Amino acid sequence: MGYQFDFSMVIKILPVLWRGVIVTVELTIACLAVGLILGFFVALLRVSPAAPLRFVGRAFVEIFRNIPALIQLIWFFYAFPIVIGAQLSPFVAAVLGISLNTAAFSAEIYRSGIQSIERGQWEGAMAIGMSRAATFRRVVLPQVFRRMLPAFTNRAVEVAKVTSLASVLSVHELMYQGRVLSSTFYRPLEILTTVGLVYLVMIYPMTWASAAMERRMRRRA
Amino acid sequence: MNDTPTPDTGAPILRSVGLRKSFGSLDVLKGIDLDVKRGDRIAIIGGSGSGKSTLLRCLNFMERPTGGQVILDGERIGDARVAKDGSETITYRERDLMAVRKRVGMVFQQFNLFPHMSTVENVMEGLVTVLRRPKAEARERAAQELARVGLGDKLDVYPGRLSGGQQQRVAIARALAMDPEVLLFDEPTSSLDPELVGEVLRTILSLAEDGRTMLLVTHELGFAYRFATHVIYLSDGVVHETGTAEEVFRNPQRDKTRAFIARSSEFSL
Ligand SMILES: Nc1ncnc2c1ncn2[C@@H]1O[C@H](COP(=O)(O)OP(=O)(O)O)[C@@H](O)[C@H]1O
Ligand SMILES: [Mg+2]
Repeated sequence: MGYQFDFSMVIKILPVLWRGVIVTVELTIACLAVGLILGFFVALLRVSPAAPLRFVGRAFVEIFRNIPALIQLIWFFYAFPIVIGAQLSPFVAAVLGISLNTAAFSAEIYRSGIQSIERGQWEGAMAIGMSRAATFRRVVLPQVFRRMLPAFTNRAVEVAKVTSLASVLSVHELMYQGRVLSSTFYRPLEILTTVGLVYLVMIYPMTWASAAMERRMRRRA
Repeated sequence: MNDTPTPDTGAPILRSVGLRKSFGSLDVLKGIDLDVKRGDRIAIIGGSGSGKSTLLRCLNFMERPTGGQVILDGERIGDARVAKDGSETITYRERDLMAVRKRVGMVFQQFNLFPHMSTVENVMEGLVTVLRRPKAEARERAAQELARVGLGDKLDVYPGRLSGGQQQRVAIARALAMDPEVLLFDEPTSSLDPELVGEVLRTILSLAEDGRTMLLVTHELGFAYRFATHVIYLSDGVVHETGTAEEVFRNPQRDKTRAFIARSSEFSL
């Protein structure tokens, strides 16, 4: 391999990559926020005593976690505008696609968390006169968040990775910048390697934290 | 319940009339009549699966009875609807049942403490979310209740750090904080290591001295004898024998009761 590595231009492109990092972080936070909130309500449907509501929740989950995220993104950018008669910005289309996907997975995390809380917890609370709603809010949910924190962190890792798909809609996130730069400088090896490493540096701490939390919980159990 | 001397007489605080409970085709309670006066301490004994827990759980509506009535301080719980053929069905509104549970406390075999709350927060929870007491006042009250069960020095400890006996005493404090008119115990020492049973039983006896109205399901017949003003022997979902502790333990009238008491090895008066 007679390839001459030239990492000198990496210094030059850092400011541009940095702008990409910012957009990636924005995308990740937006998708996580929307996904976790929406997923919570979908989970409420999933555990509802009313069968039709459970069905709606189930349908949402199965649709948005079984259609590839890439297709959802592209659909929201190219197809959805025909339905609503208005163009979405690439960023909004990406957030929509990824959030719905995230909501579907998060809903399942909430649901399994809610169902993992022992019946005795409900009974302990209801025996002092607490309503179902108060029991859910004060006793069940706080334990769900604790118990499911590693799973939610894993989800955040997945979201951070999946935001790279937004490059296909020309959202100026890290992957997009990497592709543009590598064709501008004809240095795909150096630039794309750098991009990969930047993702690694951003994401690995979250993976580590999730594993650490899981270890700590297992020790306590 | 028969008319033996009790700490208090007068109108019953809690009654059941023909109380029934089925799970699908399984009839667990087949018409239980119960009369609890203020200050009564009733031990419910009987073999496993005889419906003891179900009876307690119907009295505070953790389970909804499928027949009969529960009457709390003279007030029938639920809304009766008379059908065309004259039969009566009772429907229960969750709101009414919550009101009952405020007044009829329960202590469980498995404690059921909230693991994400400190002991004082466990005890405060009902005061704050159900009785809407201000936090500071609730905390003070909770601290008093914890002191009463001997845990005044464990306010900010989490249940996971307490022994089983201590956890059960926190659960008792949590129930007491609501000022219940009746307190139900479902085998409160059955999941405890033997050396921790005593502290919980002593706590329960101290409540007896305060004149609390209590129903207790237990396998510890020796304790039931010391604790109870009245005993109910439940068998196959009916009250097979009832009387004062003296009557049922010293002089059981029916063979099955006699055999049950004789079988209980731990019973030595
Ligand atoms: N939620 C329930 N669903 C179905 N069967 C139940 C339920 N709770 C109790 N049972 C049944 O009712 C019977 C009496 O149970 P229980 O009241 O717990 O008895 P005990 O407390 O005297 O041991 C048992 O046969 C038990 O399996
Ligand atoms: Mg039982």
